[in-house]
Amino acid sequence: MSEFVGLDFFDLDDMLSDEERAIRDSARDWVDRELIDSRLIEEHHRAGTFPKELATQLGEMGYLGVTLPEEYGCAGLSYSGYGLIMQELERGDSGLRSFCSVQSSLCMFPIFTFGSEEQKQRYLPKMATGEVIGCFGLSEPDHGSDPSGMETKATPDGDGWVLNGTKRWITNGSIADIAIVWARTPDGIRGFIVPTDTPGFSAPLIPGKFSLRASVTSELIMEDVKLGPEALLPETTGLKSALMCLSSARYGIAWGVVGSMMAVFDEALRYLQSRTQFDKPLASFQLMQRKLVHMHTELTKAQLVSYHLGRLKDKGECKHYHVSFAKRNNCWAAREIAKLGRELLGANGVCDEYQVMRHLMNIESVYTYEGTHEIHTLVLGEHLTGFPAYRG
Amino acid sequence: MRIFVCVKAVPDTAARIKVKDGASIDPSGVKFVLGPYDARAVAKAISLKEAAGDGAEVIAISAGGTKGERDAKKRIKDALALGADRGILIPDEASENRDPLEVAKALAAAIKAEGEHSLVLLGRTAVDDQAMSVGPMLGALLGAPCVTDAVGLEVADGKATVTRAAEGRQQTVELTLPAVVSGQRDLAEEKYPKLKEILKAGKKKIATFEHTWGDSGYTVTALEPPPEPVAGKIVGEGPDAVPELFNLLQNEAKKLSF
Repeated sequence: MSEFVGLDFFDLDDMLSDEERAIRDSARDWVDRELIDSRLIEEHHRAGTFPKELATQLGEMGYLGVTLPEEYGCAGLSYSGYGLIMQELERGDSGLRSFCSVQSSLCMFPIFTFGSEEQKQRYLPKMATGEVIGCFGLSEPDHGSDPSGMETKATPDGDGWVLNGTKRWITNGSIADIAIVWARTPDGIRGFIVPTDTPGFSAPLIPGKFSLRASVTSELIMEDVKLGPEALLPETTGLKSALMCLSSARYGIAWGVVGSMMAVFDEALRYLQSRTQFDKPLASFQLMQRKLVHMHTELTKAQLVSYHLGRLKDKGECKHYHVSFAKRNNCWAAREIAKLGRELLGANGVCDEYQVMRHLMNIESVYTYEGTHEIHTLVLGEHLTGFPAYRG
Repeated sequence: MRIFVCVKAVPDTAARIKVKDGASIDPSGVKFVLGPYDARAVAKAISLKEAAGDGAEVIAISAGGTKGERDAKKRIKDALALGADRGILIPDEASENRDPLEVAKALAAAIKAEGEHSLVLLGRTAVDDQAMSVGPMLGALLGAPCVTDAVGLEVADGKATVTRAAEGRQQTVELTLPAVVSGQRDLAEEKYPKLKEILKAGKKKIATFEHTWGDSGYTVTALEPPPEPVAGKIVGEGPDAVPELFNLLQNEAKKLSF
């Protein structure tokens, strides 16, 4: 049984409802046993593969599309509850949390928000069980932080469409059954549901990643992909529809990385208490304590941020700049903590017998994806000054 | 078929226990959970219910306090989140170190008050006091046959077939229902509370059964950590050390005699 102890310096647990605690504890136990104690994550991290068998298990636990209504096979959970689940999944591994973020926030959310009733009935229940896996195609090889420059085109063809273009850095791409693809149309940028077995569609894996090794990252290549009219997400209206999906996913990331920090902090503290050098526990050295206290402070602050963000979102008062603040701060803190955790574990820190280095490598992606640290800085800069610096 | 599962709030086995007032567990800062053996009993009850189909019911029942960390109501909710249909709480704010016979009497009274019962399941022991007594006592009080340490259980035609793990062998016992069965870990696979079940559990009913607690003459007078193990002694290496080892075992430890 895992000895993990979740840090709770300010008794945030008291602010959670019994139900929220039960949801968090259940996710914690599940991650401990299925991912960590079973050493499944190490195995897949080494092999550079996603534990696909977990997709339906995640569905069975109810962790896919958790905030969507019950009529589509989902739980209708609060955003705070969703955040707690993301936290626990990322305590296991950022790759697992990324899978859920993409499935829930980037695929199920747009189908629910911009889709027709028929599309919702057709896809959402099967996506909630993990039977149908989704991916989200917005970024392109030459357009990452600036998706408004996208080159992928959807050309009207009879009553349907023809898609051409390339998407890159697509989580779940090679294992997905459907792709939510954003493309330029004569009416501006719109979203499409593209079954990945459509002729002309391919999703080669991006090899050689040092980060998120237990997660699939791909290119989506579309060469004259012919789609019927039912592929269009009818309520999408320009790039802002895609950005709404990102805002929802970033919310989950702000929570998720707290889990990564909790895993690293717990492991580092345990290590310092148990290892002796110069006839004293490592924990008794001032230099070690300084690093530990810095980690503890940043983790505790990040926990307060994600907790408050959740409550704001549940009240419907969470703005996109609040999410940018939380994503930016918490990913920065997670990177800082993973780096210090690795230092505290000395040479052991670079081996996968311990978790710190895996979290450290993962966070490099999480720091950069879903709006880089810099882009979120500029979002907040615009909020403060009124000047959108990224628009030149 | 109506299955009762008795559950208890116990400290997490990973928790570091401190003693309070010389005879009880200090609950502050300790995480309490559904007893691990009880959790398997709940999982078994759910699978029996699912196999039995319509009309089967699982009722989680617990005697204990509802204040602070050691909260019996929360543990009933855990059982509801695993799929039990409803709960019964027998409030006992002085539950720490309660006489197992009194607990069994309370559980029996609450179960009898419900009328029909096919099966009463519980864990083989609670991991806090390790008394292992409530199951058999409950069997006696309900006038029902009881088997302890079950690792397998099947129900058909008014009978329960129980496999129990005994020292060096497995025993199969057939019981006429109603019956009481206490289970090992292997009684069922572990179940995780699923999100939707946790949300549903919040809407399930937990009734209160008031019981007047008696005193059968059982008092826990002290609780302390086990004695520190005596440090080992290395007397030498290889065959040369045997005479001294023999001497110490015979004359100092007095473990050998002829």
